[in-house]
Amino acid sequence: MTTDVQGSTSSDSMLRDPKVRAIFYQILVIVLFILFVAYVGHNTAVNLEKRGIASGFNFLSQPAGFGIGIVLLMDYDSQTSTHLDVLIIGIINTLAVSVSGIFLATIIGFIFGVLRLSKNWIVNKIAAVYIEVIRNIPLLVQLMFWYFAVLSVLPLVKDSIHIGDNFLINNRGVSFPAIIPSSGFWLITVALLVAIVLCFVISKWAHKRQDLTGQTFPVFWASVGLIIFLPVIASLIMGNPFEINYPEYGRFSITGGWSLEPEFLALLLGLAIYTGAFIAEIVRSGINAVSHGQTEAAHSLGLSPGKTTRLVVLPQALRVIVPPLTSQYLNLVKNSSLATAIGYADITAIFAGTSLNQTGQAIECIMITMLFYLSISLLISMFMNWYNKRIALVER
Amino acid sequence: MKKASFIAVATAATFMATAATAATLDDVKAKGFIQCGVTTGLAGFAAPNNDGKWEGFDVDFCRAMSAAVFGDPEKVKYTPTTAKERFTALQSGEIDVLARNTTWTFSRDVNLGFEFVGVNYYDGQGFMVKKSLGVKSALELDGARVCVQSGTTTELNLADYFTANGMKYDSVVFDTADEVREAYLKDTCDVYTTDQSGLYAQRSVIADPEAHIVLPEVISKEPLGPLVRHGDNQWGDIARWTLNAMIEAEELNVSSANVDDLKANTKNPGIQRMLGTSGDLGQQLGLTNEWAYNIIKNVGNYGESFARNLGEGTALNIARGLNAQWNKGGILYAPPLR
Repeated sequence: MTTDVQGSTSSDSMLRDPKVRAIFYQILVIVLFILFVAYVGHNTAVNLEKRGIASGFNFLSQPAGFGIGIVLLMDYDSQTSTHLDVLIIGIINTLAVSVSGIFLATIIGFIFGVLRLSKNWIVNKIAAVYIEVIRNIPLLVQLMFWYFAVLSVLPLVKDSIHIGDNFLINNRGVSFPAIIPSSGFWLITVALLVAIVLCFVISKWAHKRQDLTGQTFPVFWASVGLIIFLPVIASLIMGNPFEINYPEYGRFSITGGWSLEPEFLALLLGLAIYTGAFIAEIVRSGINAVSHGQTEAAHSLGLSPGKTTRLVVLPQALRVIVPPLTSQYLNLVKNSSLATAIGYADITAIFAGTSLNQTGQAIECIMITMLFYLSISLLISMFMNWYNKRIALVER
Repeated sequence: MKKASFIAVATAATFMATAATAATLDDVKAKGFIQCGVTTGLAGFAAPNNDGKWEGFDVDFCRAMSAAVFGDPEKVKYTPTTAKERFTALQSGEIDVLARNTTWTFSRDVNLGFEFVGVNYYDGQGFMVKKSLGVKSALELDGARVCVQSGTTTELNLADYFTANGMKYDSVVFDTADEVREAYLKDTCDVYTTDQSGLYAQRSVIADPEAHIVLPEVISKEPLGPLVRHGDNQWGDIARWTLNAMIEAEELNVSSANVDDLKANTKNPGIQRMLGTSGDLGQQLGLTNEWAYNIIKNVGNYGESFARNLGEGTALNIARGLNAQWNKGGILYAPPLR
C-alpha cells in the first residue's frame, strides 16, 4: 500500500514538476517549429515544380550576359562572367558605398552634434536646421534630389569645371589623375604598412612613458609624419615606380584617370547626409549625458578645453553614443539598397534585380541577398559590441 | 514593390497547394474582371490618358480579351508592372495575362514557366541619341554611357552588340522607362537604348522630339507578345485566338465599322465562322459564339488598334513595316479560324 502511494505521488510530481514541464513545452515548440518549416519548404518546392519553375543554384555558374556600369577590383566581361561574378560585384559595390558612407556620416554627425551644442547662436541654429530638415524627409526623395536635381545640373562634359589642371567636375561625375603602379611599387605598400605598425608602437610607448614620467609625446603629428614620409622615401628610392594617368576629354565623356560616377556620388552624399543628421542627435545626447561637473573638474585641474573634450567628455559620452550609433550604421548599410532607384549597381540592383529577372530564380536570388545583408549587419553589430565593451566603464 | 511580388510568389507557392492548376477562365468569370499586367506607362502601348483611363496598343489586347470573355471591353483591371516585376506578378497569379511589350524568348517560354500566345508587334532594339552629338551610326558609340531599363532583353543585346563590334560602354540601369528617359534627357548618358517602338514612344513625349535621332541600326529581333502562365491550356487558347481573331479580321477587312453589316449579310463562310453565324468556334473555347464579333465590335481589328495607338497620324507615327499583313509586305500571318 505504501508503495502504491509512493508510486502515485512520484508520477504526480513528474507532471507537476516545473522543470519537467518546462522542458516538455520547449520540446513541443521546437517540434512544431520544425514541422512548420518543413511544411513550408516542401510545399514551396512542390508548387514550384508544378508550375514548371526551375529551382536550384545552378544559375550561378551560367554566363550573365549583361553589362554592369561600375566594376571595382575585378574584371568583368559580359560574355564570360557568371551570375556569381555579378553577385560578387554587387557585394563589393554595396560594401564600397556603405563603408565610405559610414565613414562620412560619422564625421558629419560628430561635427554637427558638437555644433548643435555651440553657444554661438547662428552656428547652433544652422546645425538645428540641418538636423531637423534632413531627418524629416524620406531618404528616397533625398536620393532623387541629389541625383536628378543636384548632380545632373552640373555642367556638361565639354564645359567641365576644372580645379587645378587635372581635377574635373561635370554631370558625369568627378575625374582625377589615376596612379598606375609599375614594377617596384611593392616597396611603397610595404613602407605604408610599416608606418602604420610604427604608429601603434609609438602610441603604446608614449602611453607607457606618460605613465612613468608624466611627459607627453605628440603621437598624432608623429603618426601623420610617418605615414606620409615613409612611402615618399620608398618611392624616391625606387625612382617613382608608378605612372600617372591624367583624365582627358574623349568622344563622349572623360577618359583616363580615375572617376567617381554620379550614381555613386549621389548615393554616398544622400546616405551620409541623411544618417549624419541622426548621428548628430545621438552625439548631442551623448555629450549632454556627461555631467557638467566633469568639465568643471577638468578645467580646475588645468586641462585645456580641447583636452577636456578629448580626454574627459568624449570617452564618457561614447558609452552612451556607441549602442545607438550601431543601429545607425546598420540602417545605412540596409538603406544603401535604395541604390536601385538611381541606377547604382549594388547587390539589390544587379543581383536581386537584373540577375533575378534574367534567370527567373526569384526565391534563390532574394534568399542570397537577404543572407548577405544579414551577415553584414551581424558583423557590424559584433564589431560595435566589441568596441562598446572596450570603452565601457570598468568597475573596480 | 519587388519584394511584395516576391512574397506573393513565395506565399502563393507555399499555401495555394491546389490552386495552381485551377482554370483561370472560371476564376476570371467568378470575379467578374480580367487582371491584366501592363507597363507603368509607355505612350502608345499602355498609358493612362487625361481622364486616368488606360489606353494603348497593349491595353487594346486586354480589352479584346475582356470583350471575348464578357462581351464587354471594360471588365479589365490594370496592374502596372516594371520590367523587373512583370514575371513574378504573372507567376504568382497576381495577374491573369501579361500584355506588356514583352519579348518572346526561349528561356522565358521554357524556364520561367510561361506560354507566349503569339506576336502582336515585331520589333527590334535600336539606339536614340541627341542630334547635337553628331553620331550617325551605332558603330560610332565606342566609349558612350548608355541608359537602359533593368530586367529586359535589351540589357543582354546591348552587351552582345558592343562585344561583337569590339566597343566599350558604360551602362546605367533604371527600373522604369520614365527614369531612363529622365536620365537620358538630363544628359547623364549619351544613348538611350530599348526596342525601337519604345524609342519612338519616348520621343513622342519629349518636349523637343526633333533634337533626338533614332539611329538606323536594329541590333536584335524583338517579337513582342502577350503571355499567360504555363499549364492552363484553355486560358492560353483564349488569349492566342483573341490575338489571331484581331489579325484575321484585318485580313478579311472586317472592322468595327462594318462588322454589324457583315454579320447580317455576308456570304463569306470564313467571316461567318469568325462572327459566329455558323459553326461553334466560340463554344469550343468555352465562350459564346459571339466572342470574335464582340472583340471586333468593341475594340476593332488589329489594323484599327495599330492606327489608333501607334500608326501614322499619332504622336508615335510608326509605319506598319514588318507589322503589315503577310499579303501587304509584312509578316503578320494568323492561322485560319476553322
